[in-house]
Amino acid sequence: MSPTTIECTNLRKTYDGKVEAVRGISLQIEAGQCFGLLGPNGAGKTTTIEILEGLLAPTSGDVRIFGHTWNDNPRQLREWIGISLQETRLSEKLNVRETIELFASFYSAPRPAAEVLEELELTEKADSWVGKLSGGQKQRLAVATALVGNPRILFLDEPTTGLDPQSRRQLWDIVRVFQKKGGTVLLTTHYMDEAERLCDRLAIVDHGQIIAEGTPSELIDRLGGHHVVEFQVSKSGTADNRKDEDKDKDKDDDNLERWQSLPSVESVRREDSTVSLSVREPHLTIPALLGALTSNGHQLEHLSTRQASLEDVFVNLTGRHLREN
Amino acid sequence: MATKISTPQNPDITPKTPRLDRPRIALPARHNGRWSGYRHLLWARIIELKREPEVVFWVFIFPLLLAGGLGIAFRNKPADVTSVVVIAGDGAQRTLAMLQNSPIHSTIRATVLDREAALKAFHVGKYDLVIECNPNGSYIYYYDPARPESVLSRAEIDAALQSSAGRKDALTTSAQSSNEPGSRYIDFLIPGLLGMNLMNSGMWGIGFALVEMRQRKLLKRFVATPMRRSDFLLALTSSRLVLMVIEVGLLLGFGVLVFHMRVQGWRSILSVLLLASLGAVTFGGVGLLTACRAQKIESVSGLINLVMMPMWIFSGVFFSYDKFPAMAHPFIKALPLTALNDALRATIIEGATLSSQSGRLLVLAVWGGVSFVLALRWFRWT
Repeated sequence: MSPTTIECTNLRKTYDGKVEAVRGISLQIEAGQCFGLLGPNGAGKTTTIEILEGLLAPTSGDVRIFGHTWNDNPRQLREWIGISLQETRLSEKLNVRETIELFASFYSAPRPAAEVLEELELTEKADSWVGKLSGGQKQRLAVATALVGNPRILFLDEPTTGLDPQSRRQLWDIVRVFQKKGGTVLLTTHYMDEAERLCDRLAIVDHGQIIAEGTPSELIDRLGGHHVVEFQVSKSGTADNRKDEDKDKDKDDDNLERWQSLPSVESVRREDSTVSLSVREPHLTIPALLGALTSNGHQLEHLSTRQASLEDVFVNLTGRHLREN
Repeated sequence: MATKISTPQNPDITPKTPRLDRPRIALPARHNGRWSGYRHLLWARIIELKREPEVVFWVFIFPLLLAGGLGIAFRNKPADVTSVVVIAGDGAQRTLAMLQNSPIHSTIRATVLDREAALKAFHVGKYDLVIECNPNGSYIYYYDPARPESVLSRAEIDAALQSSAGRKDALTTSAQSSNEPGSRYIDFLIPGLLGMNLMNSGMWGIGFALVEMRQRKLLKRFVATPMRRSDFLLALTSSRLVLMVIEVGLLLGFGVLVFHMRVQGWRSILSVLLLASLGAVTFGGVGLLTACRAQKIESVSGLINLVMMPMWIFSGVFFSYDKFPAMAHPFIKALPLTALNDALRATIIEGATLSSQSGRLLVLAVWGGVSFVLALRWFRWT
């Protein structure tokens, strides 16, 4: 039985007595897991992770790391965790090795700097000033400063935001290596692909609350269908001369119900002129859909099918996209 | 120290250790002592400063340039020469001859110009005095009562002309000039610059650096590690002391070499270093207080200037604060820079002992101590 590594109950954080950034979040993260907080910008992810990191005091609620609260023995807890903040600009006039050595010096039993450099593919850059590094290298260095203390838990706040695809994959590998060695990871992200590939478990956060939690596949299962069928139609013939607004209203009112009744359809939603169906078995739905369209005098303008993703889960739960502003 | 473990060729005897994709470099496990964080923080701070050309310029070069420039501008000129112009006319040549014959002729530079050119040159400050001789042998002096050198020139020229014309002095007087190191402007200036520099670099070196680190979220990143917060502040302060030794050495060395300033013995140098340390720490404390909550470097820059401005003016850096009304003196003397400058001057110029400066040391210590305590209470790491 592995004890719960990170545990929090009913966390709340109110800024200036007004803004409620976190509104009752409870989590249990087991040792060896990679746990993700997925949500759009401003959902309260950073506030939550900083409360767990002991950098921010919650307005109410309880945090335990390895069973200890942040008041028990903060120095010991700090020895056990490694943190990469959402934004840290490390001293530009120090070089990579000096930066890692500096962070290593804060821990009682750090890993050798050279080993961490090697693992994060920074050896070649060891003598470069931090100010001269690329975005991906800077982010790897930020993670290196977290890993050099030989932590048991790694906290990563938006680790790959703004990075190019190659740098993102490099960082994912680093996280996997850490996890393979028995480490626990808590990360926040607003990239659903990152959450899907990297995390064992996820909590989807919106407006300071957890709106769904589970493994990525559980969450997608909850949609009902694993597939998404998207299509656009227009009415054929000349009979219809009415203006767009009226047409749209009509469609909203009468059509959505009809698509729901097609075989194997779990849920329906509309976005602009595109209708999305969550579908269990597309081979049953699509012929029926085509039949229904022809008999109604609709003309199909676009049709595509794809695997359901966490993005669909989020849209289904909130009616919004993750990256929407 | 690195020893590379050779990878076994036979996969069957590969040890069951967590395998990574790359060969691992095995290094001995390391255990950090109590002061490892402090040492690395101090070292990092000094390296950073060394790599910052602006810091090197403002902390080390700029005070030297200032001292050099002011020292030359206000050097003791061969007993201030007064420049006068005589308006061309009947008596002009005779007047020139009278000035040549006067006992103070070496300090008078006289020329003859026509009336218009003479007055014009006087108005732009080229001459201190205009002399016009009337046909009847009387003189008119044109002078500017707002310009001290003009007032002085009128008195000197009048005395010169009168004595050349045969006036006898009623009293016998003689004068002794003082041009000894210790009483010149540069001797007054160097300790003032030293004090000002300690203030500048304490306020900027601690205040500005802290807010910059806060803005970069570096402070937050540091407190997310087991680093002791006291170590961090201690390292920042110590880095100031290291710089201080260099600053003091350069400025005093410059004064001694270039202006033949006299420092009163080795004990005095030790006292100066102790005083400068106290000054550096005091202004470090004031800098810490100024920067304890500011989030943006723009706002802290304004604050730092606001705090330093009164001291630039009142604390006797470039001129003595005796020029301010006596009523203001108690307030001026309560400023930390005044206390530091006065104590530095007493020590460097007069060779005063530290114990004779205890009042001023107390002023410094109170400013530093109170600032540190308040700063630590209000300090914001994130």
